[in-house]
Amino acid sequence: MSAVAAPKIVIVGAGPAGIRAAATLVDAGFHPIVIDEGQRAGGQIYRRPATGFTRTPEELYGSEAAKARALHSLFDRLAEERRLTHCAGTSVIATHEGRLHVLGEGGVQMIVCDRLILATGASDRVAPVPGWQNAGVYSLGAAQIALKAQGVALGRRIVLMGSGPLLTLVGAQLVKAGADVVAVLDTSPWRQQLRGLWDLAARPAVALRGLVMRARLGGRYHAGVTLERIEADGSGVVAFRWRDAGGKERVTSCDMIGMGWHLRAETHLADIAGCAFTYDEQWQQWLPKIDEMGRAGNGLYLAGDGARLLGADGAEIAGRLAAAACLADLGHPMPSVGADLLKLKRLKRFARGLAIAFPWPGAMARALPDDAIVCRCENVTAGSIRASVEHGGGEANRVKSLSRVGMGRCQGRYCLPAAVEVITAQAGCAPKDVGRFRGQAPVRPAPVGAFLQEG
Amino acid sequence: MITGGRIVRLAERDRAEVHFLLDGEKRGALAGDTVLTAMLASGHALRNSEFGSEPRAGFCLMGACQDCWVWQEEGPRLRACTTLISEGMRLRTQPPENWP
Repeated sequence: MSAVAAPKIVIVGAGPAGIRAAATLVDAGFHPIVIDEGQRAGGQIYRRPATGFTRTPEELYGSEAAKARALHSLFDRLAEERRLTHCAGTSVIATHEGRLHVLGEGGVQMIVCDRLILATGASDRVAPVPGWQNAGVYSLGAAQIALKAQGVALGRRIVLMGSGPLLTLVGAQLVKAGADVVAVLDTSPWRQQLRGLWDLAARPAVALRGLVMRARLGGRYHAGVTLERIEADGSGVVAFRWRDAGGKERVTSCDMIGMGWHLRAETHLADIAGCAFTYDEQWQQWLPKIDEMGRAGNGLYLAGDGARLLGADGAEIAGRLAAAACLADLGHPMPSVGADLLKLKRLKRFARGLAIAFPWPGAMARALPDDAIVCRCENVTAGSIRASVEHGGGEANRVKSLSRVGMGRCQGRYCLPAAVEVITAQAGCAPKDVGRFRGQAPVRPAPVGAFLQEG
Repeated sequence: MITGGRIVRLAERDRAEVHFLLDGEKRGALAGDTVLTAMLASGHALRNSEFGSEPRAGFCLMGACQDCWVWQEEGPRLRACTTLISEGMRLRTQPPENWP
């Protein structure tokens, strides 16, 4: 770094948004620090296997191979040329007033920064199905990561369930790789999916690719199903009970289930960094407040699926925009953003189509039986959430402290959407009135020993 | 190598073999496997739930759900989905006997 007084800019996340943000800053003469939990840059969508694996990007990423290659080689080149600092396998676990607490191999360190760009991505949005605490139940994302990063299927007889683009994609990828996918169960009925068509037409090639993959699933795919119960024995999942669109009861024997309803923005760091949130009716989740460039105020910028669920292409654009906003706020010439803003508009229309076509199953979550587990971390049941609403009212954090839902090690990442539905139904209010679990540091579990370094 | 575990290897099978101990028994895995993959290549679970009777085998595989923390003979736990297996690792599905 030549300029000693150059503002220090930290980017959290090295997926498509983080990589594009870093490259934009490097182009403007800055040397950003990129902190990422992965061992190699790429994020979840363009995740790379460890060294020693041999499949090509074409085999790993299919139609998106060129985009993956471009991002990987761009980042690797900038890191090799030492035009950025890459902290791999490292988690930011807390942030306060420009200081980041960073957990890596050598324990917890503090990094001070002037500007912070969060590109923390998303994870699967899941809804509990009775029995989902058993071994062999995974998120759809997990099934995809296992295939991409490890070359494995997580079971011998696989049932996938949920709704959204990942359901079809993961199903098609597993079938292509030779896994035994026995059923792909979509909770969205055909007529609902058709309602999204107008907006999905904003990206005709992507929509068409989805339909082709759907066709490859053949008779495995069922739309408009009702999910009933996961059955298990002492070692894990053995069968799944469901009803087809006609109401006929079906039992499918399986040893692995993948589930997911599109994505949930990963917002814990944005939350503890002081970002304001609003309840987004379209996505039926709490999202951070940002302007169209990704500014959240106070030197904080958000980009990618952690802010708005627009997918990998949208994340690349949002990464460039957030970095451009950061440059402009530092008094530097801003790269032109007109074309990116226009593209983003089209991607937002497509995302609206996805939200309409593949809705979150709120009614299913509200109707969970009392003995169904909502929180997998601590096995908190729907009944216990309902009882605490009766006792203490329908505010999310009060229910959390009374029932411990959201208090476990995942910190509510996998139970909040369903818990909000259960609370809503019991308290007779709207999701936005229930609120959301407050994020708490550390946002990842940190061993006590990590804080006991010398110095 | 013991087979008959939860996972099925579909690709990338030509990697060097590594060995580790699980509950004192020798197990095989492939270099580049995560601890999760290595344990489930020959087993059905990683640990038992502290809050129920059911075994657990991970859930998100991206370091977010924290379902896959497993014990090591030497004490510290590790997150099985984000840690690579290495030669001679000594893993346990249960907490050590002296754990309160």
